[in-house]
Amino acid sequence: MPPLTPPTTGAPFDVSRPYALHPQVALRPESFGALAYHFGTRRLSFLKSRTLLAVVESLADQPSGLEACRVAGVAPGELASYERALATLADSGMICERVA
Amino acid sequence: MTAAAPRAGTRLVDRFERGLDAPICLTWELTYACNLACVHCLSSSGRRDPRELSTQECRSLIDEFERMQIFYVNIGGGEPTIRADFWDLVDYATAHHVGVKFSTNGSRITERVAARLAASDYVDVQISLDGATADVNDAVRGAGSFATAVTAMERLAAAGFTGFKLSVVVTRHNVDQLDAFAAIADRYRAQLRLTRLRPSGRGADVWDELHPTAAQQRQLYDWLVLHGESVLTGDSFFHLAGYGDALPGLNLCGAGRVVCLVDPVGDVYACPFAIHDEFLAGNVRHPGGFASVWRESDLFRSLREPQSAGACSSCGQFDACRGGCMAAKFFTGLPLDGPDPECVLGHGEHALDARGETEPPRPAPDHSSRPRKVAVTLTTARGADGVRSGPDHRPDRSCDEHPLAGFVPAPGPSRP
Repeated sequence: MPPLTPPTTGAPFDVSRPYALHPQVALRPESFGALAYHFGTRRLSFLKSRTLLAVVESLADQPSGLEACRVAGVAPGELASYERALATLADSGMICERVA
Repeated sequence: MTAAAPRAGTRLVDRFERGLDAPICLTWELTYACNLACVHCLSSSGRRDPRELSTQECRSLIDEFERMQIFYVNIGGGEPTIRADFWDLVDYATAHHVGVKFSTNGSRITERVAARLAASDYVDVQISLDGATADVNDAVRGAGSFATAVTAMERLAAAGFTGFKLSVVVTRHNVDQLDAFAAIADRYRAQLRLTRLRPSGRGADVWDELHPTAAQQRQLYDWLVLHGESVLTGDSFFHLAGYGDALPGLNLCGAGRVVCLVDPVGDVYACPFAIHDEFLAGNVRHPGGFASVWRESDLFRSLREPQSAGACSSCGQFDACRGGCMAAKFFTGLPLDGPDPECVLGHGEHALDARGETEPPRPAPDHSSRPRKVAVTLTTARGADGVRSGPDHRPDRSCDEHPLAGFVPAPGPSRP
């Protein structure tokens, strides 16, 4: 029984806070990055690089989105674009804020 | 679909055209048996095929889908709920992390089934309806099919299932009812899904009479642009991108690249609209199973190579429409490296006019309950003794003898 709109916490994405993959989301690595599928909203998203996949996979183990980017090897000059990508994923409910 | 971000320069669509390790979207037709006989059935369904996959073979295939991380399958038919093991297979799939969306005419959506579906997070339902009024729908799907579909939607809504899909094949006769379809979807808290009529299966028999006219295609495009992502299209209408802005979706032909079809006997075709030997890649019963067909079949490999734009190469819109739908071209007898028969610039109509007398390939296999109307191509012949050996009457056009010939739906009130 999928909700018509993705669930959101209402809070805007904040890269300094801790996040995790939504429990109903599955990731499938692909040569270009990965596919992400949300079984609750039935939405498919594309992670357009392997680095972004590494960021998303490490979110749950890191104290912040920023730290997940650093651990996955995102260069300082690329941080802004990765932050935007994570914000997009948060908007569609693919990743959600977790209690630290 | 939302794309999340970095790495400019590599277009995702180019990556998809080269194929993926596993399909994004897989259609699995469970049976050719159907209680209806829709005139445009893409799989020419009616009778069960005795070679259909057994329950155990279906389970093994689901295991393979799980290993390949195919997130969900679109189950269709035929009418898939006719299979006695249908609900067991749905449960087996969801227990193995393969989500299910199934298409049905609604005839088996009882109150009990509706309640059960409403309770599942991993099963989605698609109710087929091809007219917003009974007269328009039943002319295509058969007498009583409108009432059956509406009853099913009432039961799903009453059970609290929100967001199921109301699935409509857009035709010449229902294209003026798009707002009425949207209203029906709203009434039952469903989501409208519009798809393109292809000349596939029995659709080849009625395509000439049922496909939207050029003016209606423009009308459809404008309606889709206006309604954006609130209406699903299964990426069906990418040939309309030639009008200007692309519609939401991938806008590419995914056949053998990101989609494919597994039919009831395990044959794997490039897409659900391409049931013909020409697009048969292999069978899941063969050694290596589905994965090796997907990854290694000659057909799929060739589809993932750069395709020639052929007659479309000088057209400024080729990047937008990519030459349109392979199945639509094939079953109307057009070259695959030329314009779509419904090319928005009119090149398809010219190509259709230039076909000459050669009959387009016939969709096959055919599981229709009643014998299919075969296009009459023989002229009356006389034997040496002067006695006619052929039919006395030959229709001027193949559609003259079709039950829908001359059919003009009467405008009716929009009712559920």
